Amino acid sequence: MHILSMLILALGAAATLLLAIQASDAVMSFHAGLMALFFVVGIVLVQKRRNNLTNTDGYEDGIIRAGAIASTFWGVVGFLVGLVIALQLAFPVLNFDLPWTNFGRLRPLHTSAVIFAFGGNILLMTSFHVVQRTCQARLAGGWAPWFVFWGYQLFIVMAATGYVLGVTQSKEYAEPEWYVDLWLTLVWVVYLLVFLGTLWKRREPHIYVANWFYLAFIVTVAMLHIINNLAIPISWTGTRSYVIWGGVQDALTQWWYGHNAVGFFLTAGFLAIMYYYVPKRAERPVYSYRLSIVHFWSLIFLYIWAGPHHLHYTALPEWSQTLGMTFSIMLWMPSWGGMINGLMTLSGAWDKLRTDPVLRMMVVSVAFYGMSTFEGPLMSIKEVNALSHYTDWTIGHVHSGALGWVAFVSFGALYHIVPIMWGRQRLYSLKLVNMHFWVATLGIVLYITAMWVSGILQGLMWRAYDQLGFLEYSFVETVEAMHPFYVIRALGGLLFVLGSFVMAYNLWRTMRGDLRIEAAPIGSTNPVGAAS
Amino acid sequence: MIKHAVFEKNSILLTVGILIVVAIGGIVELAPLFYLESTIEEVEGMRPYTPLELAGRDIYVREGCYNCHSQMVRPLRDEAERYGHYSLAAESMYDHPFQWGSKRTGPDLARVGGRYSDEWHVAHMVNPRAVVPESIMPGYPFLATTALDTSDIVDHLKANQIVGVPYSDEMIASAAADLAAQVDPDSDDLDAMMARYPKAQARDFDGNPAMISELDALVAYMQMLGTLVDFGTYKAEGENLR
Repeated sequence: MHILSMLILALGAAATLLLAIQASDAVMSFHAGLMALFFVVGIVLVQKRRNNLTNTDGYEDGIIRAGAIASTFWGVVGFLVGLVIALQLAFPVLNFDLPWTNFGRLRPLHTSAVIFAFGGNILLMTSFHVVQRTCQARLAGGWAPWFVFWGYQLFIVMAATGYVLGVTQSKEYAEPEWYVDLWLTLVWVVYLLVFLGTLWKRREPHIYVANWFYLAFIVTVAMLHIINNLAIPISWTGTRSYVIWGGVQDALTQWWYGHNAVGFFLTAGFLAIMYYYVPKRAERPVYSYRLSIVHFWSLIFLYIWAGPHHLHYTALPEWSQTLGMTFSIMLWMPSWGGMINGLMTLSGAWDKLRTDPVLRMMVVSVAFYGMSTFEGPLMSIKEVNALSHYTDWTIGHVHSGALGWVAFVSFGALYHIVPIMWGRQRLYSLKLVNMHFWVATLGIVLYITAMWVSGILQGLMWRAYDQLGFLEYSFVETVEAMHPFYVIRALGGLLFVLGSFVMAYNLWRTMRGDLRIEAAPIGSTNPVGAAS
Repeated sequence: MIKHAVFEKNSILLTVGILIVVAIGGIVELAPLFYLESTIEEVEGMRPYTPLELAGRDIYVREGCYNCHSQMVRPLRDEAERYGHYSLAAESMYDHPFQWGSKRTGPDLARVGGRYSDEWHVAHMVNPRAVVPESIMPGYPFLATTALDTSDIVDHLKANQIVGVPYSDEMIASAAADLAAQVDPDSDDLDAMMARYPKAQARDFDGNPAMISELDALVAYMQMLGTLVDFGTYKAEGENLR
């Protein structure tokens, strides 16, 4: 087995090294070189740790610690890039007129960093944690989970450096080129096998509900990723390719992918987090088992249909738009079913919101989930979309979900996991968690209200007519009107970034084993934030 | 009634169940787009991009222009007055991938071709605020000073041919000559290029005849956007009604 591992890694190293030498452009050479380095380091590590990797007792917690560090790091990076591009929209001089610093290249860097680097690492970390604990089994596959972890980091580095160097296929949230897509496919298939392999080893007869959501997330993202990214490279040694889909078919394939990147990456995966960590933290069972079942199947069935609402009034056939709108409105129901299941889990434990800011963060995230999954169906109605589409309202909607729901539930999971994984009595400071919570919440409120106002304002200005029946505003007048809101949005973003610095500091001190001496919150009967 | 425990106790059943449930929506919505003939309108005038336009489109993609500019005019009164005739599916049928965009931080570009002079585009790309003081667009001065990489243009056309763009073998064989001819109005290859690509515009786009720059290609691409379909012969009724 060990020999076979070495052979596979050596083969990978040889193939990518050859590609690096033969590459027809510099970026391909660079990225193939990174892959070769990955395999060489892999050989050394697998050789050095071969005794440890065959261990089948206990849990594999090292990978969860690595995931906590990686997701905190990528979170801070992704939020910072977001702040930079928000400032660029308010003050265009910050583009510096250089190729690798302009908004067009940095915006995909921001979206990929927060969705795939931050969100993806949170999902890897929590899924590896939850599947081991709920199956009472060690992660399957020896060094395979570590291949998934480091392979995923390599995917992030190749995607990010590619954007900055001008390598993109321009499909939103699927910008990486064909060879990076292939690499991610490999990593993802191994991820699925590790997850399934761990389920097969379980000592519990039932698969816990959180794992259904993780499984749906992994399987569906694989399907979406592969189909959306099918492409013909112009050369096997170059970075550039052409997607096989074209025009209107590509548009719907892309938004079938894009909407379900939201639905399965940013929703199903994070609902799994909700289903494990909220009950754990509140020390209460999930509110309703039956609702979990209805929530799960109806959510995954309905979500996949909603893509066409990104293409209202476009050249996409009308029947498709109407179908997408109908299913988007229906999607409101399972979304709120899930929200209710999460919130009602606190029945009998609501007092903990006062004393445990980590739980409060998770609960507020579920409330934001409810808000943005109400706003989404509203915006999918064609008449509303006629106003909101192409404007900042969409950006505001995305961020109420991304900052309020995805990031907050992720922060909650990080604050919960780190003391446990490092064997600490509690977090370094609950006061800092509280500070993070309020600073970030204020940032989100500034962000989304600014985007609501600017989006609706610009939408109305575009369609405004004067008394003589002429368009009242030129396009650039509507751009000018956005400036104050772009400044407010950047301020909101700054607060969110500052909050993430506070978190990173708090987690780092917790990892070191420091405890800040703090008074227990008013009304608390337990030792401050004792880890369960 | 099947007990849900069946899925909870068998990970393979659960996986297969998930796959079936998530596949349905995609199949019902996507598959018909490939065989319903009404999906793409019957129009006159559409042709594949010239090699120079394709290279320009590549730069448009590389710089992420789609992040702020849509290429999809919706059939709404204000958009028709601001940008022109609503976009047809046929107009982007050779786009791999599509460039409809999702955000208008800047204006729609589906019909920007011919709206501004080449000189305006050049000045605007070098410094947007020189021509539109309120603009928040980044400047792209490096495009004017960077030579266009034309070495693999044949491979670009070939890949497009494989994914279904009707480039003929003749077009592929003469790709490099066609590219050079489009920026040089005195070229002997010009007539052949124009025959292969009707309505193509040939001139030195960036005002610098010494070099084929990335800006030449980008301006050539922008100046042809929305200019191909002959709306004089387009029938919005009948087979194109939907």
